[in-house]
Amino acid sequence: MTIKPASLLPGGNLMGYALLALLLLLVLPLALDLFRLNLIGKYLTYAFVAVGLVLCWGYGGILSLGQGVFFGLGGYAMAMFLKLEASDPESTKIQSTPGIPDFMDWNQLTELPWFWQPFHSFSFTLLAIVLVPAIIAMVIGLAMFTRRVGGVYFAIITQALAAILTILIIGQQGYTGGVNGMTDLRTLMGFDIRTDGAKYLFYYLCVLLLFGCLGLAHYISKSKLGRLLVAMRDKEDRVRFSGYDVAAFKIFVFCMAGVFSAIGGAMFTLQVGFMSPTLVGIVPSIEMVIFCAVGGRLSLIGAVYGALLVNFAKTSFSESFPELWLFAMGGLFIAVVMAFPNGLAGLYNSYVAPHLARLIARWLPATTEPAAVPAIEAKQPQGAQP
Amino acid sequence: MFAEYTTSELLSIFAMQGVAGLILFSVFVLMALGLAIIFGQMGVINMAHGEFMILGAYVTYLTSELFSAYLPDYFSSYFILAMILAFIAAGLLGALVEWLMLRHLYQRPLDTLLATWGLSLILQQAYRTIFGAREVGVTLPDWLMGSYPLTDTIELPINGLFVMCLALGISLTVGILMYRSRWGTQVRAVVQNRPMAGAVGINTARVDRLTFALGCGIAGVAGSAFTMIGSTGPTSGQLYIVDTFLVVVFGGAASLLGTIASAFTISQAQSTMEFFLSGSMSKVLTLLFVVFILMLRPQGLFSLKVRR
Amino acid sequence: MSNTDFVLAVEGLTVSFDGFKAVNDLSFYVDENEIRVIIGPNGAGKTTVLDLICGRTKATEGSIRFRNREITRMREHEIVRTGIGRKFQNPSIYGDLTVFENLEISYPKGRSVWGALTFKRDAEVIKRVQEVAEMIFLADLLDKQAELLSHGQKQWLEIGMLLIQDPELLMLDEPVAGMSVVEREKTAELLRRISQGRSVIVIEHDMQFVARIADKVTVLHQGKILSEGSIDKVKNDPKVIEVYLGH
Repeated sequence: MTIKPASLLPGGNLMGYALLALLLLLVLPLALDLFRLNLIGKYLTYAFVAVGLVLCWGYGGILSLGQGVFFGLGGYAMAMFLKLEASDPESTKIQSTPGIPDFMDWNQLTELPWFWQPFHSFSFTLLAIVLVPAIIAMVIGLAMFTRRVGGVYFAIITQALAAILTILIIGQQGYTGGVNGMTDLRTLMGFDIRTDGAKYLFYYLCVLLLFGCLGLAHYISKSKLGRLLVAMRDKEDRVRFSGYDVAAFKIFVFCMAGVFSAIGGAMFTLQVGFMSPTLVGIVPSIEMVIFCAVGGRLSLIGAVYGALLVNFAKTSFSESFPELWLFAMGGLFIAVVMAFPNGLAGLYNSYVAPHLARLIARWLPATTEPAAVPAIEAKQPQGAQP
Repeated sequence: MFAEYTTSELLSIFAMQGVAGLILFSVFVLMALGLAIIFGQMGVINMAHGEFMILGAYVTYLTSELFSAYLPDYFSSYFILAMILAFIAAGLLGALVEWLMLRHLYQRPLDTLLATWGLSLILQQAYRTIFGAREVGVTLPDWLMGSYPLTDTIELPINGLFVMCLALGISLTVGILMYRSRWGTQVRAVVQNRPMAGAVGINTARVDRLTFALGCGIAGVAGSAFTMIGSTGPTSGQLYIVDTFLVVVFGGAASLLGTIASAFTISQAQSTMEFFLSGSMSKVLTLLFVVFILMLRPQGLFSLKVRR
Repeated sequence: MSNTDFVLAVEGLTVSFDGFKAVNDLSFYVDENEIRVIIGPNGAGKTTVLDLICGRTKATEGSIRFRNREITRMREHEIVRTGIGRKFQNPSIYGDLTVFENLEISYPKGRSVWGALTFKRDAEVIKRVQEVAEMIFLADLLDKQAELLSHGQKQWLEIGMLLIQDPELLMLDEPVAGMSVVEREKTAELLRRISQGRSVIVIEHDMQFVARIADKVTVLHQGKILSEGSIDKVKNDPKVIEVYLGH
């Protein structure tokens, strides 16, 4: 007997990844000018968050409304390194204290705070981008999941955390740059990040890292851990009484989502050239959830398309009809929840994929069978959250 | 740090700080009550709650403009009418939203959260389109202005007193409604066992709609009261919403007493700390404190211990 | 407290919910290879006893020892790993997964995060899943999504999910509730078969079914033991007739 496990990942085949790679690595760089490509690169940094949310929310049923916190931690870590490099004594000699970032000087700081010191080192910065969010996610997870905080409570608490971090950043402007964030970032280890070449380089680096995260997420979702997450979302107690430490799995997946977000944040800083609290707070955090929802909360590839499309729409709407954008965004939230709970991936699976399969079957009569769409994927996530 | 103050000055400072805390507490109670009723009933946080509040504020603003333009003689009493109108307007919108949106989502609380967030965006933009992006303020009738001198150094602002009385009155009304009326019994029955309540002839869909409408209506009144303290803009609702969520979650679902107690704790903590620290730091510490307590006691301050 | 030969020793167990004692100073012992049935009127505390043993509810007082090991304060998954399996009253299965995946997830390998990441579906797993599926009459339905099974089949699947862990103590909460007569027969036979080499605690209302499977019956009433012994002894106990069986 052959065992054919139902795939839980819509479009999770090699073809889907190949098409996405083709689009991001070849088609878009050739078709768009550098300004637009840089925008795409920026959108892709949100895709990291969305991919993390697919694992955490789509699979695990844990809705975090505070992913901006991790995005911000990664982004600020990178920004701190770049800011220190931009604030060498030579270029800041007009300040009353040369050698420290300009905003510190404006706020009458005369010495670099202790937690800024290690960010002189690039390897420390890289480690911090991954480890700081992982540790914070783990602490939050340990506190929440071992005490069985979940569902709406978890969502509200993570949202409060996003609010806390934003208020903290804005309030402590001497240490953080305040509401303006960290601007005027120039070089990365002597390499000017504002040149065209650097922009291309960072775009490709961003795409590669995104595929790294996608690959990891794909592996996790296909492993037994992925099935356990789905099982937990459905009947948490049954998993617990099958001998699993449910909290440990939730913590793991929340940490993964946090680390993905932080990598996205760091890439944001590199490509856009600044980091500010407006990317950390409640509003961006919940918007990141909608990128994931639009793509399809169970689809990793969908999350990337969701982030791209929503942000593309946002940019073009805001350019031409700024007042309509909030209506559109609000409508999108409602529509995606009420009418398309499986997002683009769900639409693709129920409408496009069968047609494609038929077309392929017609053109290649020799092929054995069209790619079957497992019933699970079309299923609405009714009662998906406990 | 108190060395430079005299004892009586200190006393006055603490008294005034206490009054400020009580006013903040009243505002929290007004905002949180509606949310708590909805959360207790449906297990869902209404992300658009702040916008329902702002609707009440705008209705109050419109009423005040209308009165000053057409009925200047009756201006002193417009506020009472405005609050009733605010309640009706927010309640009706609530009923409509429940009917169009929420009733389809009861099985998916997290999705409701996202959908109501979408609603809040739409409402914000609608306010901006209709009333403009600038904040508007209402002219208070004379009897609500000024303050009442308690001693030489301690003064009670009258609008603050009014908000406190309002919070007290509405809490009592809601309490009586929930625990003494037939409707309240039905609501509690539906919360505890929805299928059974339906089976004994309670129209659960109607109870849901009324509850949601009532919660939104109270938000409208809260917004109306809010105009006495601050001005109203399209995004004012967002300012307090996180605090309000935390008040409700902290108080424990479905417990009005818990909601009031937690509103008290949070508002006092915040206004006391504001005296020692900057506004933003006291806010951060308050939020952290609440999050920390919630980690220790996830079910909130007040909740029944039952077999799961 | 002395060491005993009993598989499970419950002594002085009390749990109170806001002052209400759902289980009150309860003591009982389960032997090796015994099928113990717990009966009693609604609200007697039957399900709470199972909840206490498997750690879902924490005891206020008293001790629960499994093979002379104190498990009263252990976390749920640790209790499961000592060899106690528990079936819930309503069939508790993973509707989004297939029957095969349901059983596979319950297979006691790869229970840590790392273990689950590196878990391989090898021949041994497949063999074991098929073995259990045969036993619970679902061998032909391995690829079916569990949501689509009948109520009785879901109950069996959950029993299978416990069996695959090969627990030394199996606890079943109303395993035949909502089953047809034929399904009940099959389940009774299944229980007889799977109780070979392990102890079983069953909560059940159906007295005919109880009579078919029980070695020993414990009657609970208001959180206390009303009567205990063989089915015949219990059936003729006037106290039991008074509060539970009726005249």
